[in-house]
Order: sequence, then structure tokens, then C-alpha cells
Amino acid sequence: MRYLGIEPIRPRVGVFSFTCCEGCVLQLANKEETLGPFLEAIQVVNFREISTEKGADYEIALVEGSISRDDEVERLRQIRDQAKVLVALGTCAVFGGVNRLKDVFSPQEANRIVYGDQSRETAPIRAVHEVVPVDLSIPGCPISKVELERIVQHVALDLPWQFPEYPVCVECKQRFTVCMFDKGQLCLGPLTRAGCDAPCPAGGLGCWGCRGPAADPNHAEFDALVARRGFSRAQVQDRLSFFGGFPTEGSEEKP
Amino acid sequence: MKLDLNVDVHHLTRVEGHGNIVVRIQDGKVQEARWDVVETPRYFEAMLLNKHYTAAGILTARICGICSIGHCLASVRASEAAMGVGVPDLAGRLRLLAKHGETLQSHVLHLFFLAAPDFLGLDSALPLMTENPTVFGLAARLKGLGNRICDAVAGRTTHPVSIQVGGMGARPDPTVLRSLRQQIEAAVPDLAATAEVFAGFDIPDFERETEFVSLKADGQYPWIGGRVVSTDGVDRDEHEYRELTHEYLNENNTSKWCKLSRDAFAVGALARFNNNHAALHPAARKVAADLNLSPVSHNPFHCNLAQLVECVHVAHESIALIDEILAAPADAPIMADFEPRAGEGISAVEVPRGILYHRYVYDEDGRITEADCVIPTTQNNANIHLDMGALAAQFATRGMTDQKLELLCSMLVRAYDPCISCSVH
Repeated sequence: MRYLGIEPIRPRVGVFSFTCCEGCVLQLANKEETLGPFLEAIQVVNFREISTEKGADYEIALVEGSISRDDEVERLRQIRDQAKVLVALGTCAVFGGVNRLKDVFSPQEANRIVYGDQSRETAPIRAVHEVVPVDLSIPGCPISKVELERIVQHVALDLPWQFPEYPVCVECKQRFTVCMFDKGQLCLGPLTRAGCDAPCPAGGLGCWGCRGPAADPNHAEFDALVARRGFSRAQVQDRLSFFGGFPTEGSEEKP
Repeated sequence: MKLDLNVDVHHLTRVEGHGNIVVRIQDGKVQEARWDVVETPRYFEAMLLNKHYTAAGILTARICGICSIGHCLASVRASEAAMGVGVPDLAGRLRLLAKHGETLQSHVLHLFFLAAPDFLGLDSALPLMTENPTVFGLAARLKGLGNRICDAVAGRTTHPVSIQVGGMGARPDPTVLRSLRQQIEAAVPDLAATAEVFAGFDIPDFERETEFVSLKADGQYPWIGGRVVSTDGVDRDEHEYRELTHEYLNENNTSKWCKLSRDAFAVGALARFNNNHAALHPAARKVAADLNLSPVSHNPFHCNLAQLVECVHVAHESIALIDEILAAPADAPIMADFEPRAGEGISAVEVPRGILYHRYVYDEDGRITEADCVIPTTQNNANIHLDMGALAAQFATRGMTDQKLELLCSMLVRAYDPCISCSVH
């Protein structure tokens, strides 16, 4: 199989899950009309959720989920040692995801709420890059299989990959979705990195920012917009903190 | 003859999430047989505190990557119950159609990608792509159809966007619905072919009597809300979920365990089938008869067959639902008018793996002050554990090897299609 005279690379891939819902790796098996060619472009050698094969000779590790326990740190380091390329797959791996909402409580308090007096081990949530170096971060809750296919095409042909720098608003315009603000809803589309094809506004839900900030988000104009439309600072902050991708109030740096 | 067997599976494959199997047999006697869930806890019941009602469904969808529509639906129903919100009829039909799409994609994922490889002597379904493209094609087409139904109605398969407190955020285009209807009709032969594939599988001969718990609806196969019944004669309202689940902690598990009339009970496709066989679509009943599946079956491996029967049922019911949705007036409401108010709400929904309960208490600003989610796999874990002991005892006979017993124990867990991340949440 050659494409434009180039022999595709067909990398050996391992797929690994940490603290999450495993919805991102599930996307790998979606978009069934191109599932065959997708699975031919890579070699899956380790993917616990769908295969008993436990190959240790993977070159690319796709890692989903955030890190919340010591045994996960150990497992992640072993994966990092083996993989030439480590990909943080999905919002939990890239930013910590909704798991970070637990950390408004101490581990002790979270345990008391859920397990009473028989607590289980947990630590404050870390994104994958906070534990080991990450080569590529693919955000999304869940990731977009269409976008992932494009990335795999680039990897297979050894071409550089570039995420869209513009915000989700551009993709709403492309698919003729009526602006959520015009429907009276709050939406983080003006701040959030595109590439998802804006499914949420099309389904009647304003953006919650799962892909994190666009390249150069215009916070000043956004603040003016939400104030003009009557949304409170608390409503906006609730949403910005939901997936862990935006700087939270009071913090200087992006998480 | 001295028969010693050891099974030690760390992070069982072809299930959602992380669980371990340990079996020790000495001199033909079972010394230990365990199913332990070791998934990292996520503390959703803490995360939900102080969240606004508009965030609860979006957050709890993230409990599960496979049955997120079920979670979102249970969540918004609990919020609606708390705030006394009545959902427009058309929105109710759209929700059920989205749920049928999820049932189809989840069951097909389990049947072909997680369960079938054991019966075919494969590590995974991936080799089927080249070795048996006919079967791989069935799997891809049927799963794709389930996903397309979800995408069209709920906005997305994983982590839906249109299912919101009060109703639905969008109504699918009639052209899309008509196309889906044609695709579902075209899938009926695919489902028949799937039944033929599974009829050829050698299903382990194992039974352990247990209590099967499911929802029950008047004359209909149950999906959303209603009475909760069991094969031991329990019949209660969904609001009494605490008396129906009795959650407790087990030291080896991050998932809680449950019990009802006995030490353990089972929920899921087989429980629904056992309690509601008469309400199945005739085409689904016929497939059950062809597969020699009849109520009440106490063989947990029959869960695979019950899932297949349900696929046929939801396909036919989806066609009827699409016709009803298409017949609804263009200006029929899909969202209720309401104001948030303080209150408690409880909701039970039959998701692919069994009954899911959500309970919230809201303050007058529409923020959550108490939250509880009881997950199907949480309800099944103790039953899987007890099955493991009985299975090990039954198969600890001459000729059994560690490898064969490991496969049987793994197949047992897989038959329940556990959603382990969910069960820990």
C-alpha cells in the first residue's frame, strides 16, 4: 500500500486507560464506515478494552484518563519508558477533565462523602503531562474520531500535524448553527479551540469548553459579551472550571 | 488424583475498566474464588455537590463512556422529578429512541468485540477483519447504526448534548429520521445473521440460581422508570431504590456491592428478559426461541443471547418510534417551561447493563445538596463473585487446566458486560 509514492509507517500502537470513563478509546472503534482502513493504518498490539493480546513492543502509546493513584504513576512511567511517542488522548489526559472537580474537596472529605469511614486511596488529580513528558495532546470529551483519523493520516505519512487555532464559533458558522447566545444560552465557543465540528451547539447545548482554549482567546471581548447578555461571573466560572482546560479565577497560569 | 488449579488475572481484558480474577483450587476443592474491582475511584457523588441542575446531566454522562446516554437520561429524570417538571410527549419519544440507539451500539460492541472472540478462539475481533470479513461487516454495520441513531437524536453517541432537564435541546431533521428508518429496516437481516453466528457458539453449561431484578412496565418491555420487580417476588416503586440495592462496602473492591432478597442479585439484559419476556416484540421472541432461550434462565452466559434478543426488539421498536416522531406536528414542543425549585428526585432507567438509579436533592437555587448514583455493575459485582466460586467448583474436575479455567472465569465476567469505571464512579 503506497500513497503519493510514500510507504505508510503503520506504527505499533498500545492503548492504555487511567482514571476516566474509557469513552475516548471507545471512539477508536467508532466511525465504522472507515474502521477497516483505520485499523490497517496502525498495528494495535496492546488494547485491554478490546483485546487479550498484551504486546510490550509498542512505539506509540495512546493514554487516556487522568492520574489519581500511586499505582497509576508507576504504570504510566513504564509506558513512557517503552513508547517512542506518548499521546495524551482526551480531556482527562490532557487537562485532568471533570475528575478535577473532586479536588474542591480534600481526599479525606471526598472519601467521607462516598465511602464513609472506609476510605479508598486517591490523590489530587494530575493530567498526564504533570507526571511524564507528553509528545502530543489530543483534547476533547470525548475526542473526535474524525480529527483522530486526520492525525493518524499525518503520522502514517510522517507529516507535521497542526490543530486549528481558531475557536469553535468558526465551526458553528460553517454548519449554519444558530448562535447559542441568540438563543439565550451561555456558550464557551468564542474561547474554545475548534476541531470538534461543534456538535454541542448543533444539539442545542452551549459549548462547555472541553477542548480548552483556542490559540489566542479574546477574554476581554468574551467578558463584555457575557455581561451584556446577562450571565453572572459565577455562571461563567462554573463552566470554565468544568473540564480543567481553562485557567481558573485567581490562577495566573494555564493548568 | 490430586487436582490443583490456579488462576490469577491482573486487569482482565475485553471488559470496560480494571478488575482482577483470583481462583485457587487444592485437591479439587475451591479454596478461594474472587472477582475484585480495583478501578481508581472518581468520587462523582462528591463532584455533584453544589452543581447547578444544568450541569448534572453533562457531568454524570462522564461516569461512563459506553452508556453515557443512559446516565444523562437517569440524571435529567431525577432532576425533573425533584423540580416537578413534566416532559413533553415528543421529547419522551426522542429520548427513548436515543436510548434504543445506545442499547444497540452497546450490545453489539459487547457481543462482537468483547464476547465473541472467546467463542472463536481469538484474542480480539480485529483478526476477523481479514479472516472473516462477513462477521466483521455485521459488527461494524450494526454498531454504526446504533451510533448514527444516537448521533442524530442525542447529538452525539458518547456524552450526549440534546438530553436536557425539561426535554430535548433539538429535534432531528425528518430527512435524517426517514433515512435512519430505512437503515434500521435494512439491518433486520443483519440481526438474523448475527443470531445464526451466536447460535453456533458453544455456550458453557453452568447455572447458579440467583435473583433477577429489573424494571417492569404495563404490557411493554421496560426502559425508563416504572416498578422494580424480581424473580424472588419483589415489587416496589423506583423511589424505594435504597431498599432495592442495600449498597455496602467490600474490602477488596473500590466498587460497592449490593444485595436484595439473597446474598446477591443480577441485573441486565438477562434479568430484563427473565422478567419481561412476554412484552418483547414478536420478532425478538422468535429469535429467543431460535436460540433456545426461555425464562427464567439461571445461566449467566445467556446474558449474551438476551442482549441479542434485545437488539432485535429495539430495532423494531425504533421503527415504530420514528413513525410516531415523524407524525408529530412540526411545532410540537420538545422542552418544558419550568423554574428550578427545591426538592428530592429519584429516577430508575434500564441502561444496557441493568437498572441505573440517580437521586438528587436540590436547594431553591437549583443546586445539588445531596447526590447518589447506584450503577448496574455495582449491583452485579457480588453476583459475579459468587458465580465465580460456583463455576470454579463445577469445573474443578479431571482434565481441567489453569488455562481452560482462566478462560471460563474470564468469559463469565465478560458475559455480564461489566462497566467497571461506572461501578466505581
